[in-house]
Amino acid sequence: MESPEQIFAENSPPLAPMPAASLPERKAAPVRNPKVEIRNLNFFYGKYHALHDVDMDIHDHQVTAFIGPSGCGKSTLLRTLNRIYELYPGQRATGKIMIGGRNLLERADNVNLLRAKVGMVFQKPTPFPMSVRDNISFGVQLYERLSHTDMEERVQWALEKAALWGEVKDKLRQDGTALSGGQQQRLCIARAVAVKPDVLLLDEPASALDPISTQKIEQLVADLKKDYTIAIVTHNMQQAARVSDYTAFMYLGRLVEFGETAKLFMKPEQQQTEEYITGRFG
Amino acid sequence: MTLREHTSHEFEVELESVRQKIFAMGRQVDEVLASSGRALAENDVALCRQIVLGDQKTDSMELEIDHLCLEILARRQPVAGDLRLLTSGLKLVIDLERVGDMGVSIASRVLEIAQELPLIPYDDLQRMLTTAREMLTETLAALETADTARASRAIDKDEVVDAYYTQIFNDVLSRMRESPDNIFRATRVQSISKYIERIGDHARNIAERVIFILTGDDIRHARRMRSGDLS
Repeated sequence: MESPEQIFAENSPPLAPMPAASLPERKAAPVRNPKVEIRNLNFFYGKYHALHDVDMDIHDHQVTAFIGPSGCGKSTLLRTLNRIYELYPGQRATGKIMIGGRNLLERADNVNLLRAKVGMVFQKPTPFPMSVRDNISFGVQLYERLSHTDMEERVQWALEKAALWGEVKDKLRQDGTALSGGQQQRLCIARAVAVKPDVLLLDEPASALDPISTQKIEQLVADLKKDYTIAIVTHNMQQAARVSDYTAFMYLGRLVEFGETAKLFMKPEQQQTEEYITGRFG
Repeated sequence: MTLREHTSHEFEVELESVRQKIFAMGRQVDEVLASSGRALAENDVALCRQIVLGDQKTDSMELEIDHLCLEILARRQPVAGDLRLLTSGLKLVIDLERVGDMGVSIASRVLEIAQELPLIPYDDLQRMLTTAREMLTETLAALETADTARASRAIDKDEVVDAYYTQIFNDVLSRMRESPDNIFRATRVQSISKYIERIGDHARNIAERVIFILTGDDIRHARRMRSGDLS
């Protein structure tokens, strides 16, 4: 007969602690290396105070998403980053936006060179009414003198960067406006990257596109961040969660919360952020 | 923090439905445990059979909550607290279902010794079961009232359950040494105490998940990780 000790061998109370589970391997936290430093930024549409004391960094080779309800100031913030607001009278920004040690809000800076350094793509695809090739070369010619061969190489390079080359290499002389909506938007991205900017601003770049075209743009964003620093405004929170490394939540012209995207969508620190991203307002 | 309602009333209703179904499943398994305790105290064979046959109800509730969580995940792509509720809900029902199984196992062992004289007084077993049930009900109340401290207090009670287990274990071991005739009953009593000890562990798991739902803090294995025991 088995002894009591033998019978209980399997059910004995543990005498020593079992080995603990090892810490789960976390996806590496996104790199923190400020490319754009925004300090005490305020923005005014005439008398309307649209941005209030925004302080944040946009990190190098990372994707930063701006989310928030309509009118929260996210597109306004994006528009300050290449001073495109200056095209409209009565609009002004105060504070600092530092890139490479220079405050780009200082009017002495050449705005054309700034826009070559900080490219922008808008919600609706805006190809120029010219050939696919000329859509790319047009912007490059403003900043660089390239030989015909170099320009051809640049056009191909930009279209490859925008994952469009394979689809248009036989249609370079075709009108850019004849492409599909998704292709037109990638053409606009190619146009923006062709001048080799440091920062790429994307203002709801996929909101007018079908799901497959949207996925292509999102993949493109993931690919482009190897070469560029990207800021994207999106109304689609799932898109922000999918494509970005950092997310900034804005509300009523203020930056409510800024942090790593994975953390912000799992465990936001501010109640307002939680209520917005879970669809309780906005 | 108290959040306002979702803009989508449908979504709000779906999430509340998950919560209510978890509470209902919690009440169901607690009822199984209460019945098991009663069957043990009263040697109630009929009640034992009823408990064993009733396990399907708990299983059905697990499947229903599982399905509902998956469907909401697929359709709503929730984030933050909503995501934590649904992903933890999927795990939490596994623990609840196991607690129900433990109740059934207790009833099965009671069936085996119902005709025998009690080997030891069952008072400590009953107290142990009461403590484990308190852990469970307090944990679910913590979720219902968003009270993290209450969930933490439930976790603390696991040490009490474990202490009862060690005491009962030593008790039945000495009875077995006294006479081989005690072995059959001793193994059954020891098994029952082990089931209750496992109920405490499952209740602890659930409490840890409730804290994660409420705060986003994952406290599982925290003590051993803090002590550097990562072998």
